[in-house]
Amino acid sequence: MIALEHYLVVAAILFCLGILAVATRRNAISILMGVELILNAANLNLVAFARFTDSGFGGQVFAVFVIVLAAAEAAVALAIVLNIYRNYQMVNIDRLDSLSG
Amino acid sequence: MPLDLLLILLIPVLPLMAFAIQAFWGRRLPRGGDWVPLAAISISFLLSLRYFILAFSAYDPAWRLELDSWVWLDLSVAKIAVGVLLDNITAVMLMVVTVVSGLVHLYSVGYMHGDPRYSRFFGFLAIFSFSMLGLVLVDNFLLLYVFWELVGLSSYLLIGFWYERPSAAAACKKAFLVNRVGDLGFFVGIMIVFWKVGAFDYASVYDGVASGRLGGGLLTAAGLCLFCGAVGKSAQFPLHVWLPDAMEGPTPVSALIHAATMVAAGVYMVTRMFPILTPDALVVIAYIGAITAILGATIAVAQYDIKRVLAYSTISQLGYMIMGLGVGAYVAGFFHLMTHAAFKACLFLGSGSVIHAVEHAFHKTKNDLDPQDMRNMGGLRAKMPLTFWTFLIATVALAGVPLTSGFLSKDAILAGALGFGGFSRPVHFLLPLIGFAAAGLTAFYMFRLIFLTFYGEPREKSLVENAHESPGVMTVPLVVLAALSFWIFYAWNPLGGEGWFHHLVRAPDVGLQAAGGATSPVGAGAEVYAAGSGGDASHAAHYPAMVLSLLVAGAGIYTAYRKYYNRRDEMIALEASSLQSGGLFRTLNRKWYFDELYDASFVRAVMVGRTVLDWFDARVVDGLVNLSATLTRGISFIDRLFDEWVVDGLVNAVAGVIRWAGGGLRRIQTGRLQTYVVLVMGGILALMVIRLMVA
Repeated sequence: MIALEHYLVVAAILFCLGILAVATRRNAISILMGVELILNAANLNLVAFARFTDSGFGGQVFAVFVIVLAAAEAAVALAIVLNIYRNYQMVNIDRLDSLSG
Repeated sequence: MPLDLLLILLIPVLPLMAFAIQAFWGRRLPRGGDWVPLAAISISFLLSLRYFILAFSAYDPAWRLELDSWVWLDLSVAKIAVGVLLDNITAVMLMVVTVVSGLVHLYSVGYMHGDPRYSRFFGFLAIFSFSMLGLVLVDNFLLLYVFWELVGLSSYLLIGFWYERPSAAAACKKAFLVNRVGDLGFFVGIMIVFWKVGAFDYASVYDGVASGRLGGGLLTAAGLCLFCGAVGKSAQFPLHVWLPDAMEGPTPVSALIHAATMVAAGVYMVTRMFPILTPDALVVIAYIGAITAILGATIAVAQYDIKRVLAYSTISQLGYMIMGLGVGAYVAGFFHLMTHAAFKACLFLGSGSVIHAVEHAFHKTKNDLDPQDMRNMGGLRAKMPLTFWTFLIATVALAGVPLTSGFLSKDAILAGALGFGGFSRPVHFLLPLIGFAAAGLTAFYMFRLIFLTFYGEPREKSLVENAHESPGVMTVPLVVLAALSFWIFYAWNPLGGEGWFHHLVRAPDVGLQAAGGATSPVGAGAEVYAAGSGGDASHAAHYPAMVLSLLVAGAGIYTAYRKYYNRRDEMIALEASSLQSGGLFRTLNRKWYFDELYDASFVRAVMVGRTVLDWFDARVVDGLVNLSATLTRGISFIDRLFDEWVVDGLVNAVAGVIRWAGGGLRRIQTGRLQTYVVLVMGGILALMVIRLMVA
């Protein structure tokens, strides 16, 4: 029998991998992928809590909203990345320091 | 306010308003505004005439207009009242001042014509008229002093009117400073009187002396202190030195201020304080007057500047007046003030007319000779007949020839002196002697002036052709004043009859002097003074004095005639050689060396005092100031250290801590998002760990 703990552990592992990607990767695309992992870890938790408690369908509805939001976020973020690439011919965020004093 | 008081106040106030108008708008008015003061003084004259007629028609020696006085200053210990005093003396003085002043205003229209400061001159004349009229109208010593100073100020302004000339600038300073010396004594006298009597007005002072509140030696001292003021203002020995220098002013000013009115203020003041003078004080006054009379007369003999001769003559005549008052010939002294005002003003205005003509003639021929030096004149009789005849009449009056006013008044003074020194107090025999000597000298030097100026041949022949008579505005005053030099205006009898003047002006009550004089050792006895000019001794002396004065005047005129008539050049050469060789003539020419004496004594003493004070200033006063500056600098140095180290130190410490903390914290702020993500996560982890540990 798969219990709530299993879901939570998978979600935690996903979350940690996402954080790791966001914190360490240089490539902007990779960071966005890390963000997706974090969001989906949160979705997994929401659905799991909704399934194992008697709080109705609120968790699932919330997860759907998050998926929509993530799609919108990805669209905006990819557009920004595309523009960065147009301007600098690279997407390495370490070297994007034109605004630093 | 009653009408009388208003009208009387208008007499001095009108010229004051004229002064204000001249000061602010004079230059913009047509004709330089000369008609404003002229109109003001004319109205003042008419008002004065009204009160003179009032006094004359009353014909009562005790006449006076009762007028309210009002409290000016209330010092709990005494109320200082001010008011107007109008009695016979004031009425006479008002006439003298307004007549001479009015004529001088008129004369100035011609004399000052074309002067760049024409309207200012008339403003100054107006403020002088105001001061002088105020001086004769006030009823107390304090206001008398105030107007006294105002008169001194106007005199200063007018002497220095042509201030571009260094000599005029020096003369006005000298006049002012010498007068200050006398005024100091005057002020001390007023304070002594106020200290003992507690009032300033004449009536209260007379009462205070009569009731014995002020008497004995202190009264003598007070009288002499007050007299110091007259010594300064009336140019008496030893303060006579300013008057000849005052001739630097325009000639109308010399006529108005330094011959007829202001210098008479001292004599007027002595008549006002006569009732409180002790016999001791009077003797001193008589001798001062006599010394001044002979001093002025001797110096006048050896002068060449026409105005200086007249100036020394004025000094001499003022000495006569003072001597007359001093010997108790009160009426005669004051009478001489009035007659002298007319003929001396005439002489000065006449000399102005002469100078005017000579100056123009020299100007025409491009000659830079001194137009006031009699040696450069001569032969002007034919070209200036009006000036010559009026001048001659006034000269005859001054010399004391019968049928003139001068004979009446001078004879009365000499009779008083002879009665006092010859008959009642032979110990003072010098007084009449000096009086007669000065009278002879007066006749001599005045005719010397006439012969040098109007007769003979001038040094520059062209002078006679180019000289011309002065315009009408200048000759009319001459004629009026010359007419006033005849006896008829003063008495019916030309040989010393007593006219209206002697009836209206009487020597004051003697009771007052007895209080101070009873204990006096030197005093001639109150009764002699009581007699005044109407006393027995004076009566006994009347005919001898008349004969003697006629003799000396005749001798003086005859000597002048013998020496100078038609021997002009010869005498000038003779005098020049005696000037060279020294001796009496040079001493007289140099005015008995009074200026040199004062320079060597007082001026020098002041200069030494100045050096000492300068040293004191430089060393002690500056030293104290520098010491305090050094102390301040020391204290501020310590203050600076405190500021720099403690106050700034605290501020810097705060800043340093913040800088150090900021230096540490800025390392976290890298600008790299990933670092922040790690930090955020680390933070959350830390919070969670803490939460777990606490739980």
